[in-house]
Amino acid sequence: MEEQRKVPVIAIRELKKTYPGADGEVKALDGVTLEVREGEVYGIVGMSGAGKSTLIRCINRLDTPTAGDILYRGHSVLTMGNKQLLATRRKMGMIFQQFNLFMQRTVGRNVRYPLELAGVSNEQAEERVAELLKIVDLEDKINAYPAQLSGGQKQRVAIARALASNPDVLLCDEATSALDPMTTQSILSLLQDINMRLGITIVIITHEMAVIRQICTRVAILDDGKVAEEGPVNEVFVHTKSQAGKRLFGILPESPDEDPGIPALRIVFDGASREKPIIANLIKQHGVLVNILSANMKHIGGKTYGQLLIETPKDEEEKQLVTRYLTEQGLTVKEVNAQ
Amino acid sequence: MSMDKMLPLLWQGLVDTLYMTIPATFFAYLIGMPLGILLVVTRKDHIMPAPRFNTVVGALTNFLRSIPFIILLALLFPVTRAIMGRATGTKAIIFPLIISAFPYVARMIENSLLEVDRGIIEAAQSMGSSNAEVIFKVMLPEALPSLLNGGAICMVTILGYTAMASAAGGGGLGAIAITKGINLRREDVMYAASILLVILVQIITVSGTLTTNRLDHRQR
Repeated sequence: MEEQRKVPVIAIRELKKTYPGADGEVKALDGVTLEVREGEVYGIVGMSGAGKSTLIRCINRLDTPTAGDILYRGHSVLTMGNKQLLATRRKMGMIFQQFNLFMQRTVGRNVRYPLELAGVSNEQAEERVAELLKIVDLEDKINAYPAQLSGGQKQRVAIARALASNPDVLLCDEATSALDPMTTQSILSLLQDINMRLGITIVIITHEMAVIRQICTRVAILDDGKVAEEGPVNEVFVHTKSQAGKRLFGILPESPDEDPGIPALRIVFDGASREKPIIANLIKQHGVLVNILSANMKHIGGKTYGQLLIETPKDEEEKQLVTRYLTEQGLTVKEVNAQ
Repeated sequence: MSMDKMLPLLWQGLVDTLYMTIPATFFAYLIGMPLGILLVVTRKDHIMPAPRFNTVVGALTNFLRSIPFIILLALLFPVTRAIMGRATGTKAIIFPLIISAFPYVARMIENSLLEVDRGIIEAAQSMGSSNAEVIFKVMLPEALPSLLNGGAICMVTILGYTAMASAAGGGGLGAIAITKGINLRREDVMYAASILLVILVQIITVSGTLTTNRLDHRQR
């Protein structure tokens, strides 16, 4: 038992994936190494194009990596024969952003599909379908077709279907990205419930930091095909080290060159300044009227991160004053569209 | 022509038309269906990638499909004779009809199966489906409405081909319209045969559309 626990459920070793592109090879994954342990909810987060989707699709070999290895409970997924691969896939349920339900099957028959593959008898299958629909709270929709359901209901059906084969891992590929915030919440609590009650290990791919913060125990930040940062969610959130992490947390502007269209000053809060009313003081003490154009700020661990765009004062002297004052406060000031 | 002479003539024409159309459609599907499935699953991004095979089979299919039926009919005379016993007549014509229609059927099946969302196929794979299970338990059932619709279109096309049967001594409504109606200038026969053909096409098309709509659960 103790030995078994030490073997990670999923171990990804130096995984590489390149695609032939128009101008040479495109590296989707560039040496990813990580481990998912029994019973955890593991989040893999990154901007679009960071390689997340490729990574999760390699785990059950929907996509084949170029190099490296993936181990499921110590067995290489990449070298196993077809029969064993199909058996392993049945131990790893998967849900998708677009739900991917069978449109010509009712809800009940969707959930029943994996049971049909396993050759479960009619009677047992019926019982199991009812049980699964109860878990996702959709018992009354058993005879409905997917087209008649809302997005959240479709994802619930997909979850029930993914659980039908009694998997011990659930792979979630942007499972909440097509859902509104309220529905996202209910799907996340359902996943959490499944993780705790059924002890199913969950791997979540997302670009939404909120998803990670809410249910993950550990997180890997994927950037440009590499793991930029990895660790328990709390730690990674409070002590974000990587540029990619800071960008994801909204600490760094996503598009630093956003053009306000008029002469402006970009004030960057990079965590160095304490929480004090810098702008209020500027107005109060120096009598400068500040016109805020846009702001994107976050407070993390008592520090302020983000950026503020203000209109450049028309008066040259006033501009100098503002710049000097802000620089003294430990902020970086850059001119945009200088006259 | 008097009614009591025309009716048996048209009836025989209708029987001959169906006698050619139905078996030809059946056998065209028997060959075209597996071919259409192969044309989809061997694509380079599909479940059994074999791009070279796909290119070759695809090119052959296009080649066969591009030969006009009336020419294929003549080209195939020796083969038809070998297989059907004789090269002309209503029964013999079924063979060239099959050869002409199966590539068309294959492309039709291919189009229907390509409509099945790749995500749905991936979901089926993620659940541990074998390739055969993906094809028979997922792709075909998911594409069923579209397949039926395509079936009606193929049948109408084959029905249209049968009108050329007169060129090889075959019967049917088309042959009646041409030999009796046009060549012998019996306009009433020509119109009656043509109207019957139109009605037949309408019946096939409408029943195809109705079944398709009834079986399609993608909307609503």
